[in-house]
Amino acid sequence: MLNVFKGKPKYMTVRPQEEPERKEFPDNLWTRCDCCGKMIFNKELDKEAFLCPSCGHHFRITARKRLAMLTEPEDFQALTPLVSADPIEFPGYAEKISQAQEQTGLDDASLIGKAVIQGSPCILGVIDFSFIGGSMGSVVGEQLVRGFERALEEKLPVVIFSGGGGGARMHEGIFSLMQMAKTAQAVGKHSRAGLLFISVLTHPTMGGIYASFASLGDIILAEPGALVGFAGPRIVEETTRQKLPQGFQTAEYALEHGMIDAIVTRDRMLNYVGRLLEWHR
Amino acid sequence: MQAFEWEKPVLELEARISELKQFVHSSDMDFTDEIKTLERKASKLRKEIYANLTPFQRVTMARHPKRPTTLEYINLLFDDFVEFHGDRSYRDDRAIVGGVALFEGQPVTVVGPQKGRDTKDNIARNFGLPHPEGYRKALRLMKQAEKFGRPIITLIDVVGAYPGIEAEERGQGLVIAQCIEEMSFLKTPILSIITGEGGSGGALALGVGDRILMLENAWYSVISPEMCATILWRDSSRAAEAAQLLRLTPTDLLKFGIIDDVITEPLGGAHRDHVTTGLQMRSFIRRYLATIVKKPLEVLLEERLARFRQIGKFNEKAMADL
Repeated sequence: MLNVFKGKPKYMTVRPQEEPERKEFPDNLWTRCDCCGKMIFNKELDKEAFLCPSCGHHFRITARKRLAMLTEPEDFQALTPLVSADPIEFPGYAEKISQAQEQTGLDDASLIGKAVIQGSPCILGVIDFSFIGGSMGSVVGEQLVRGFERALEEKLPVVIFSGGGGGARMHEGIFSLMQMAKTAQAVGKHSRAGLLFISVLTHPTMGGIYASFASLGDIILAEPGALVGFAGPRIVEETTRQKLPQGFQTAEYALEHGMIDAIVTRDRMLNYVGRLLEWHR
Repeated sequence: MQAFEWEKPVLELEARISELKQFVHSSDMDFTDEIKTLERKASKLRKEIYANLTPFQRVTMARHPKRPTTLEYINLLFDDFVEFHGDRSYRDDRAIVGGVALFEGQPVTVVGPQKGRDTKDNIARNFGLPHPEGYRKALRLMKQAEKFGRPIITLIDVVGAYPGIEAEERGQGLVIAQCIEEMSFLKTPILSIITGEGGSGGALALGVGDRILMLENAWYSVISPEMCATILWRDSSRAAEAAQLLRLTPTDLLKFGIIDDVITEPLGGAHRDHVTTGLQMRSFIRRYLATIVKKPLEVLLEERLARFRQIGKFNEKAMADL
């Protein structure tokens, strides 16, 4: 039983949604909804906050798009950019970083800075899943901590959108694990000064990100359908050899089990967060 | 006792020595010098073997079925102990034990994950994989220590928090975060010792200490070697290679400044000699507990936070671009 995490799945995992009929369209014009299978004109998707117009499915969006939905570009001052230093010299990590940097145009998985949301100044942070699964290594950890420290200095609330499916970043070994402690402590200091932290869980928020700063918000919100949890569903299935309940680890499931405050659709997010910030000013 | 593959040369040599001794016993011939030479050789070989263990060999040592479990360490380290149960909310998770103990006359709160001794015990203790209520119990006991000004000793040996359906439903991630956060601000000295496995968040949840020590054949990392191998190569049997990459040994972690000291084990591992292991640990606990108990609480707390604050390796972008 020491090797509880060992072994490959003995059976196939079946996606809950039925596979819709595929239709051929030019790649760059249309996107097929992962949820209902409908084809959506890309321009329409962009206009609709990346929500499926027919089923409301929340498409994953980049950190930059997220920022643009919440604050004006001139209102966002990013913290000093940091880049990873490969602390345990993990094979292939340096290349993985530069590849991700090239693909996303980001330095690492987080974008954090001082912002104004509907007139309320705050520290706003977004974790981008497209950068190594939105995992937290030294850079993300340090950026978050600097964000909370800045907020403490200036007595500002903090809003973080976490989309870290990767949790703590394996390639930085123990250094990633320690970022969990470091960020949790930064939240603690900020919180003990009576300041507000709104944590928004976006798809997916798992592992070391969920088990540290992301679940320490005064208010925890989630986008519909976002996967939220500690161990990934595949690990849970393999370890327990049990069939996972319908909707396991979705935001709706977390809400039902009392783990989050509310589910907020993306089109309502700005007003929702804006209102909360206003009430805590 | 179960032998490891890499111990076999020594064991063979030892077998030859005892054969020779038997032979001397039953005949008149004198082999004293030969026996002495062989014994010296065996001891040298043993030292060589154990000084050069690969990271994964240490991982297997940390998982040795005869290695002391937390309750056994408690028995070895303390003069008295009363166990307290339950999280006051849902149930008593037997995968984590805790209570008040006497360390050389001083009451301390001790908590730690508990693996089973045999199959039946293992089932009762969920193979040492704690549920959220286990961590809630640990946190409850640690807060109690704070209230009564008792130092806390955490003994950590856990491959990870339990990845189960109910564990998720009751907030496994949330409770780990709460443990980490609340431990960080507890107004009482905390000594953490990784005695065996230090697997990810499930270990860190009890590992936010003022001093962090590690036994010589323990490991501590963000992920188990098996899981890491599964992610990298979709093959958990390549755990030995993964263990090499993760830099999870006490030597590495001491160099990285993550831990403060390494507690030497008897040659061949803690499982070979529980009593000596216990004595060795006692002397480390005595020394480190004395240092942290002496410090004013404000200083202790400030240093605890500063310790974790500075962990991380990165470059400012401008400098990296030069």
